[in-house]
Amino acid sequence: MNEEEYYVPEGTYWPIIGSIGVSTLFVGFANQMHGAEWGGSVMALGFAITVFMMFGWFGQVVNESTSGIYNKQVDRSFRWGMSWFIFSEVMFFAAFFGALFYARQLSVPWLGGADNNIFTPDLWNAFSASWHQMAFLAPGSVTDTALQSGTVMSFPVVPASGIETATPAMVVNPWGLPALNTALLLASGVTLTYAHHALRAGNRNQIVGWLVATIALGAAFLGFQIMEYGHAYQEGLKLTSGIYGSTFYMLTGFHGFHVTVGVIMLTVILYRVQKGHFNADNHFGFEGVAWYWHFVDVVWLGLFVFVYWL
Amino acid sequence: MTTATASHDDHHHGPEKGLMRWIKTTNHKDIGTLYLWFAFSMLLIGGALAMGIRMELLQPGLQLMEPQFFNQLTTMHGLIMVFGAIMPAFVGLGNWLIPMMIGAPDMALPRMNNWSFWILPFAGGILLSTFFMEGGAPAFGWTFYAPLSTTFAPDSTDFFIFAVHLLGFSSIMGAINIIATVLNMRAPDMKLMDMPLFVWTWLITSFLLIGAMPVLAGTVTMMLTDRNFGTSFFDAAGGGDPVMFQHIFWFFGHPEVYIMILPAFGVISHIIPTFARKPLFGYSSMVYATASIAFLSYIVWAHHMFLTGMPVAGELYFMYATMLIAVPTGVKVFNWISTMWRGSMTFETPMLWAISFVFLFTIGGFSGLMLGIAPADIQYHDTYFVVAHFHYVLVTGALWSIIAATFYWLPKWTGRMYNEGLAKVHFWWAVISVNVLFFPQHFLGLAGMPRRIPDYSLQFADFNMISSVGGFAFGASFILFTYIVVDCIRNGKPTTSRPWEGAKGLEWTLAPKADYHSFNKPPSRELIEAESQHS
Repeated sequence: MNEEEYYVPEGTYWPIIGSIGVSTLFVGFANQMHGAEWGGSVMALGFAITVFMMFGWFGQVVNESTSGIYNKQVDRSFRWGMSWFIFSEVMFFAAFFGALFYARQLSVPWLGGADNNIFTPDLWNAFSASWHQMAFLAPGSVTDTALQSGTVMSFPVVPASGIETATPAMVVNPWGLPALNTALLLASGVTLTYAHHALRAGNRNQIVGWLVATIALGAAFLGFQIMEYGHAYQEGLKLTSGIYGSTFYMLTGFHGFHVTVGVIMLTVILYRVQKGHFNADNHFGFEGVAWYWHFVDVVWLGLFVFVYWL
Repeated sequence: MTTATASHDDHHHGPEKGLMRWIKTTNHKDIGTLYLWFAFSMLLIGGALAMGIRMELLQPGLQLMEPQFFNQLTTMHGLIMVFGAIMPAFVGLGNWLIPMMIGAPDMALPRMNNWSFWILPFAGGILLSTFFMEGGAPAFGWTFYAPLSTTFAPDSTDFFIFAVHLLGFSSIMGAINIIATVLNMRAPDMKLMDMPLFVWTWLITSFLLIGAMPVLAGTVTMMLTDRNFGTSFFDAAGGGDPVMFQHIFWFFGHPEVYIMILPAFGVISHIIPTFARKPLFGYSSMVYATASIAFLSYIVWAHHMFLTGMPVAGELYFMYATMLIAVPTGVKVFNWISTMWRGSMTFETPMLWAISFVFLFTIGGFSGLMLGIAPADIQYHDTYFVVAHFHYVLVTGALWSIIAATFYWLPKWTGRMYNEGLAKVHFWWAVISVNVLFFPQHFLGLAGMPRRIPDYSLQFADFNMISSVGGFAFGASFILFTYIVVDCIRNGKPTTSRPWEGAKGLEWTLAPKADYHSFNKPPSRELIEAESQHS
């Protein structure tokens, strides 16, 4: 198609299939949470429809792209679309980072009596606000009697080693697995950039090598993350462990989910490289996934600094 | 080959036949039409709920319903109007108008455009279905504050949460599409500062949507896990904080109110120059004012929370930052007035709606300033004064501009002219009844009547009855509106390609009823300059 023509695709069924899939998924999920026996199966069905839609829709776009229908203008639209999609993802994480900062800097200190919170000493006189202690809130330690007697705040179950001096290392040592994971993700950013250089140089064997390395690093990251979750759960840091557990698992969990999606996307790109879909000038599919991967990388740096380290 | 338009051959896909046209469509006009009809049906449903609210409030005492059901009505009325009516209506207008205004054939990402729309009926269906669930629909107000929406909410809240997720997907995709369209599909000879203001305001609104909607998704996700998976984000018993909910919600919620009003500013900036027969006064200041409002909208959120016990420094900051918004908004209002100054004014229906917008939106803006003063807000907070304020900006602001836009561009959409006489009757009917409906609510609020309450003290009885009577009259005006629009589509007199003699803009260079795809060839620089709003 030449550069002076506009491209407008014909009608498509994929969006309505996607709407049906996603709605089925959500309705199933909601019913599952409310104890309906069929909730799980409906959820699985919705998920299957959604995956079917993604295969079909992306497949169609890939076919159109490889048959040379698209021009530079379409390419630019995809670029704008992907960049602002990633920005919307940044804002999604911003909500959870906002919750972390607010809880850590404002509401937990207030609970502990910071600024003129005159009620604290009367209500929770044994509570001292320390962010890392919050990690040891015992699940279910808020009993009915505590609620009735007005001592609502459950007290952290602090290890014998010290109440006042809880440190990040007492919760999850940042210089163990988290540091290793940081190195893995940063390295994967580098290998992916090498893959991009190889793509521009047109060397398919090198592209495949660097891409496989990137995928392996991402998968290793996920493996270690699962290991770390296992440790944390055994030590008693759970999703239900108060605000620390909530922010910890929601931030790292959503990040892990994004890494998983990223690994899947990289695998698809690897397949497409082997199929010969890309050339040195025309490989937006590769670049879009690379942007996404770097975004996931940057989010991790934020997590490492604010969730694990400080 | 699946290509459609091409500039050099005449082969040109028209619409498909039957229902499949609407389900499969990738055409910006079809999708715009779908959005507009969807928004209109949601407006009628949300309006019906409002009629229930006003009927209950017609007289003191519990007349018709349990308080719990009344709360479901107010909650669902707000949610449906915000997410089902106003936002989709503006996306519909954007779809219809932006490609025509920038000299493009269609939107940049037409298949995604289809999906942004076709998520909405599913999301709306899930939201409305909560009425029929055990425990009833959500009843915690459209702002769904924790812990009302977490600890104390009915099971249907989880369906509400997923509906909000879906609505968020839709809005984000719509916004991405508009940004890509404006930045990439614009006629090569149209510079950014040549763009009509509706395009500018929508571009800026898109940035608000992409920044704010994901935060809303995060908020409801935290609600979901607090409700079902034992997290403690909004629960002080686990070290969280219900006030944190309000901060995160309003970080979305305040940009959201500008999402609903910036495109309205754009619409008004088209209509007033047309019927004043003068170029828009202060075009570039309009653009900068819009951008300033959008920026400020991200840093004023806690003015909704003056009574949560924030530190005084926080209250002062949020108060002063809020006051600042009056400056760019004032720039806009004065620009509209200056555009009319010494113009050859005529008062066709769109102009009547536009002028009343300037009056009534300004009233809503001023009551907003009153609410933004932290010490004064201690008196006004959560009273009917707040209800009066946001209905002046949303009904006589956002909805007014949507109706104005409908009359202004209906000839271009249909190739036919509506019945001007009836439309004027409808305007006066609506503008009088809407003031009878909402103006007394200021007095009720100042006298201390709380919002979201099905019963009230006797001293509030008179104004409530006046307000309810105005409400029924305003509700009935939409019957006439529906008739006028349907009559125009079916029997309207064929019109010319430029039915308003003072109208400028690329859309008026198209056929009386615009072709299926707008511009197959980009318009020339001469044409763009000749159709510019501001030269």
